[in-house]
Amino acid sequence: MKIAVPIKFVPDLVEELTIDPNGTALDTSWLRLIINEFDDHAVEQAILLKERGGGEVTVVAAEAEGVDDFLYTAAAKGADHLIKLTGDFGSGMNSHAAARALADLLKDSKPDLILTGVQAHNDLDGAVGPLLAELLDMPYVGYVAGVSSTNDKAIARKEYPGGIIAEMEIKLPAVLGIQAAEQPPRYVAYNRIRQVMGTSKIEERTITALDLSGGVTASRMFQPESSQRATILEGSPEEVADQMVGILKELGML
Amino acid sequence: MGNDVFVITEHMDGKFSDVSFEMVGKAKELAPALGGQTVAVVLGSGLSANVFASDSTIYVDDANLAQFNPEAYGKVIEALVKEKSPRLVMFGWTATGMDLAAWLSARTGKPCVAYAKDLCIENNTLIVNSQVYGGKMIAEVAPEGDMAIVAVLAGSFPAEAGQGSTTATQAASPVALDGLKIKFVEAIKPAGGDVDITAQTKLVSIGRGIGGKENVELAEELAEKLGATVSASRPVVDAGWLPRTRQVGKSGLKVKPKLYLMLGISGAPEHLEGMKSAELIIAVNTDKKAPIFNVAHYGATADLFEVAEAMLELL
Repeated sequence: MKIAVPIKFVPDLVEELTIDPNGTALDTSWLRLIINEFDDHAVEQAILLKERGGGEVTVVAAEAEGVDDFLYTAAAKGADHLIKLTGDFGSGMNSHAAARALADLLKDSKPDLILTGVQAHNDLDGAVGPLLAELLDMPYVGYVAGVSSTNDKAIARKEYPGGIIAEMEIKLPAVLGIQAAEQPPRYVAYNRIRQVMGTSKIEERTITALDLSGGVTASRMFQPESSQRATILEGSPEEVADQMVGILKELGML
Repeated sequence: MGNDVFVITEHMDGKFSDVSFEMVGKAKELAPALGGQTVAVVLGSGLSANVFASDSTIYVDDANLAQFNPEAYGKVIEALVKEKSPRLVMFGWTATGMDLAAWLSARTGKPCVAYAKDLCIENNTLIVNSQVYGGKMIAEVAPEGDMAIVAVLAGSFPAEAGQGSTTATQAASPVALDGLKIKFVEAIKPAGGDVDITAQTKLVSIGRGIGGKENVELAEELAEKLGATVSASRPVVDAGWLPRTRQVGKSGLKVKPKLYLMLGISGAPEHLEGMKSAELIIAVNTDKKAPIFNVAHYGATADLFEVAEAMLELL
């Protein structure tokens, strides 16, 4: 079984986000990028499937700071092929453009299963998975937490609110949007990653032109204003705790 | 092209979800400004679909649509949209709507906007405000063209405005639904046994900031002292630090306790969906710009461990 995992890097929300001088996008000059956590789960799920049923895992990422390290880490976990999409992404990559570039790449390698994160917090024009599925004429099921697979079909466990799970049987090839792998993404020791850096190769593919159509562009970006803003409890942790306990007592909760 | 607003409704076990009513209510504001009508679109089998305040309701009744199946639903919605040419198609940005919105965009070539928190019409132009970057930013978008696909975050509008009794027009599926590549097998309900967090009056809820499984104990100690139960945001559950029965939010449970004390939860839209109606929300987070401080009643920018330990001293 051939499994492809397209992943992307997204702004780290732990960092402070600022808006660029045009007021339409994030200021990227100091932006720290990290793996989209759902994509990290997609990689884990792919490795789990390979461990259980054999096969080859290819991880594909668009060029960004930190992507090489992530790809080598994926190889250390068990990924067989690493592909980096390079090109001039200055005009911005949206999900539609990413899906077209990926469809172009994957239509020849013909994976049986494509696993990708169900969403990313910057998917303004929708998630990549369903777009890619349509472009490749494959079925798509998202919000998946758990996959098993035989030669020509996959069983996906799709999550609904309230912990309800719908089991879906899907004819391969197919695209699945991963919400969570069956286990948290595994840890690999750095010396193992370093070993892999010597033996694995990141294959680069150049994207000549991005087709952004169908995506949308923000005409303005701003921080949400809220009519309600929390009353901020100031002071040392002890003082904060004291105020909290006071509030709970006052409201009869203690 | 038409000017109608299509609302793709959602249901489970014969019951329509709140987001369906929320969208219909919003559509009723938008449709007159666009010179069109609000059309609720129901796909299913054996449903009572006369529940919306829409101008009309299309109900496609087919055994293949009894349970959500992204392939079958996609085919039917595509056929309806091609036939009726609405100006706007609204989906929920939910476990079901997420499968369809972007797919329909690729299929029709029409633009898609996700994470929508609000929509309005200005000078006959549709403007969408989307909550991106985990709720830290709003992107204002004016999708171009004669049809837009917008996926709306649940809980963005009041549900009451969408509730009504418009008689649904029942129709057979406009497309053949045989030979599907996706088959619904079965629905599995969560196993009982654990506490029901939706029935608790006080919750101490932990997020990624708790750092590791070994720290969950601190939250449990605090919860015990407060007479509360420990719940969590999704990353904590995905990491295996707490069972899925404790998950609050979009893919977890909706809770409405008297006290919701949040430790290390930033307040992504997915989490807010599950807890924002709690009576008293207190949040402790190290990031002073965390979106949760726009929702919480009281907040503190502090280290959750120090605050929790200090609280334990006092209780």
